[in-house]
Order: sequence, then structure tokens, then C-alpha cells
Amino acid sequence: MTALLRTEGVHKAFGGVRALDTCTIEVDEGTVAGLIGPNGSGKTTLFNVITGYNKADAGEVYLADRRITNSAPDKVFALGIGRTFQLTRIFPSLTVMENMLVASQHSRTGARKRAMEQLEFIGIAGYHAALAGTLSYGQRKLLELAYVLVADPAIILLDEPAGGVNLSLVNHIANRIRELNAAGKTFLIVEHNMEFVMGLCDQVTVLDSGTVVAAGPPDIVRTDRRVLDAYLGEDIEEPEDDPDSAEDE
Amino acid sequence: MSKGQILRVTGLVALLAAAVLFPVVFSNPVYTNYGVYTLVFVAVASAWNVFSGFSGYISLGHAVFFGSGAYALGIAARDWHVTGVGVFGLLPLAAAVGAVIAVPFGLIALRVRRHTFIVITIAVFFIFQLMAYNFSFTGGSSGVDAPFLPWQASTYNNPFYYITLACAVGMIALAWLIRRSRFGLQLRAIRDDEDRARGLGVHAMRVKLAAFALSGAVTALVGAVWFFYLTQVQPPSAFDPLFDLSVVLMAFLGGLGTVSGPVLGALIIEPGQLWLTANANGYISEILLGALFLVAVLLVPRGIIPTAGEYLRRLTTRGRAAIPTASATVPQAPDPAPAQEAQR
Repeated sequence: MTALLRTEGVHKAFGGVRALDTCTIEVDEGTVAGLIGPNGSGKTTLFNVITGYNKADAGEVYLADRRITNSAPDKVFALGIGRTFQLTRIFPSLTVMENMLVASQHSRTGARKRAMEQLEFIGIAGYHAALAGTLSYGQRKLLELAYVLVADPAIILLDEPAGGVNLSLVNHIANRIRELNAAGKTFLIVEHNMEFVMGLCDQVTVLDSGTVVAAGPPDIVRTDRRVLDAYLGEDIEEPEDDPDSAEDE
Repeated sequence: MSKGQILRVTGLVALLAAAVLFPVVFSNPVYTNYGVYTLVFVAVASAWNVFSGFSGYISLGHAVFFGSGAYALGIAARDWHVTGVGVFGLLPLAAAVGAVIAVPFGLIALRVRRHTFIVITIAVFFIFQLMAYNFSFTGGSSGVDAPFLPWQASTYNNPFYYITLACAVGMIALAWLIRRSRFGLQLRAIRDDEDRARGLGVHAMRVKLAAFALSGAVTALVGAVWFFYLTQVQPPSAFDPLFDLSVVLMAFLGGLGTVSGPVLGALIIEPGQLWLTANANGYISEILLGALFLVAVLLVPRGIIPTAGEYLRRLTTRGRAAIPTASATVPQAPDPAPAQEAQR
């Protein structure tokens, strides 16, 4: 398989905080890749660097061997990378259909038709005339996914698609991702819900302190010692019995 | 055509007919003068709204375009010795000057957002006012006089009334078209979340700049007509801080970002201001303008048109769901099946 999306040695610091440090990942075409790691490990920062919201201090980002490092978000989107955000970002004063049309690159009539198809696929077509600001959080998650899909990007980056939504909606989103992937769509997913990630992803990359600590199939990664250390902390050797400390207690 | 659409079109035709017949019915120059001023502000408030209302970038520097249009026409007519009605042929030049000024102005100001943008527009406004005072080609504090028009005093206002009516109707039609267009959609997306819009392929700077230039061009065109009507332009009247405050209040009162809101705001505020200035005191008019701003912010923060629309919608949808039932397959209640079952 060929890597559709690749980052090579990406560095990103915010003042004295090193968010990404020599971060190298690969996402093969037609796969669902997961990006996991503890809070503050740099997952969203990596998404921001890939999609042009943050500029990398060093390193490169490639989309199908085309260098896209530090390209503007609108250019990155036009080149074929769509993304959603951890906290949904929709256009609340526009209707659901208008939200879809913002992202659409089609002609007026074609755009509406395709937007409606995507809304039906995602399952919120009945809300097309409603103001997006009136949707529930879960429906906003679906809308965000729908309007990314409408432009038919080569790869979709989902930032915590299962975050803050109920179990049935998590299953609904997982099923839609699965269907899209079966049709050839590539995904890179940041998620804290391990069942969601392990059940859905072909490859999982683990970040800790901005560095890749493990990468591979989910079954291998979940038993990797470095991953457990990253999530649970390294073992702390138990102190030998100290009579003084016992007295203190 | 639905019943609502027929009513809307009939109402618009009736309004347009009333506007066309106004100088015929109220031929007194005092009233036609009210008409000209009001239509100037209808056009300018609509032009301002196409940029600021749609994009959310509140400009307090549109007097830059208004005054520059006035000066452009005056200086061109003076230096090229254009006289009489031939000066009207220079109106496109005024619009072009407005657009040309908007490009560097926008390239600087549109790099920043919200309060910083507002402050920069005010700063540019004062720079232009100072230039008008100090450059020799602007006539300094004396300003520039317009060419004489050999028209009868009793009907002098009428041609200006119809020119400003054409500007206002043209601008409203343009605002309506833009709001329905992809360009308008992109502007409104920028207003909601500019960064997100960029992430969905919207060339934000290009879109904002185009709207700013278009808005500036129309404002400059109307400013040129206004100058010709007044027969004189001077720095304090061309670059007047109250101009922008009035325009902003008109849009806020009527409904920011709507097509009809700024029109309604101008129709309420401008005749009121003129009447107060003529019958009371100019200062009272300004104090009341500020008070009206506070009242609008407190009582109708979204403006009259959106608030009235919301009220009517509530009346007509009483007892029904506000949002149509989804044909969605999305289950709304928690599914007892564990997540793993849905996994591969």
C-alpha cells in the first residue's frame, strides 16, 4: 500500500512547550488509521499542522507525495484533506443545507443534490431547513461529518468523532465510517474511546509528549509496553519497608 | 408561486410605486429633500451591510469611501472642466475610486478581526479626514465646489431624488442577489466562524476584500451624488464620524445581515434626524441617536426585522415542532447493544 498522508519529523512548539517532537506518521490509502495518546500528547496539534491551522516549526507534511507543509487551510482542503474538530464547529446562523453548501465545490444545482445525498447518508436530511444552531450536540457532530464529505476529500481527519455523544450515535458514526471506508475513503481518527478505535482502525499510532511511541495493528499496539506506560505512567518501584514511615502513618 | 411570495412581490411593487410617486404627491422641496437624504442612507446602509452585516466585520470607516467619492467627483469635474449634467457621467469614476481605495485599506485592516479591525477603520478614517484638510488639491478646509446646475429651484431636488432612488433600489437588489449567492454564503460563513470556513475551502481574504471593495464602490458612488446635491464638499462633512455611527445604527436597528433591515433602519432614523435638526436642535438629534442605540441594543439586539420575524414564526408554528421531524436513521435513545457489536 502507498501512504496517502505522511508527516516527517514534524516539530511544533508553543513558547516553551514542545507539542510535537520529530513526529512521523503514515496513513495508507483506503485504510482507517487511529491516532491515540494521553491528553496533551499532541494529537490535535498534529491535525492542526496537517490542515494548515498551525505552522510546523520543522518537518514536512505530504499528501500523496505532494509537499503541503504549512499550506493554508483552504488550500489543504482543496487538495483533498477534510477534517472535523474536537468541539464541533458548524455555522450556527446558517441552515443545515447552507452549511453543506459552504463546503461544496460543485455547481449550484449539483451542489444541492449532492448535499442532500450526504445528509440522507448521514441521517439528518430531515433537518436540512433548520438553523444549524438549533441542532443537538450529536446532530452537530453528524453535520460536521456530512459537510466534510460533501467535498469528497481524499482523506478525512476526524477529531474525537465519538466524544460526548451517546452510545447509539457512536455506533451510527462507526457504521458510517465503515461504509465510507468500504467505498475506498481513507480516515485518520483521533479518539479516546478505545473500543471505537480498536474496533474500527486498521493501524493505530500512539503519541506521547509529541512523539510517536508505537504504531501498528490495534492488537499489537494495545499490548505494547510503551503504550501502557504512556497511558498509565511508568511503574514506580515500591519502596522497601521502612519502620519509620509506618510509624508516621 | 406561493401565497406568501405573491404577497411579498405585491408589497415590493407597491413600495416601489410609492417611492416613485413620492415627489409627485409631496412636491414641496422640504419633503423631497427628506426623500433624497433618506435614500442616500438607504443605499449606503445597504452597501455597508453587504460587507459588515454579512461578514461580521464592523466597519466604522465607511465615511472614507463616502467622502472620497465626493472629492473624486469634485476634483475631476474641477480639473477636467466638466460642467452641468455632464458631471453625472463621472459617477462611475467615483465608484472606481472607492473600490481602489478599498483594496489597500482592506489588505491592511482585514488581516485583523473584531475590535482591532474596528479601531483600524477608525484610524484610516481620521487619516483621510486629515488629508482632506491638508492637501492642496482637496481645497483644504474650504473644500471643493460642485459645478452649477441650471435647474429650477422648485424642482431641483427631483432629479436627485430619482438618482438616489435608483442607487438605493440597485443596491437593495444587489444585496438580495449577494445574500442568495455562493459569495454571500461564504461571507455569512466567515461571520459565523472564519477559521472553519477557511478549512472548508473558502478563500476568506479574497471574499472579504471583494465585499469590502464592492461596498466601498457603492458608498463612494452615493457620496458623489450627495456632493453634487449639496453643491459643496468640505472635510468635516465628507469625513463625518456621525456618518458611520448613523449607518451602523440603521443596520443594527433594522437587522444586521438582513436585506431589509438596513433599509427599514434608514427609513426610521434619517427622516427623524432631519426633522429634529430642523425643528429642534442638532445636538438633541445626536443625543437621541445615542439613546436609540442603547434602546435598540437592550430591546431588539438582533434588530427589528429578525425579532419581528421570530415573533411571527412563533405565532404561526405554535403547537408544532420548531424543527421538522428527521427522516433520520439516527437513533436518539441509547441503544442497549454494546459498542463492540457494531465493531468489525
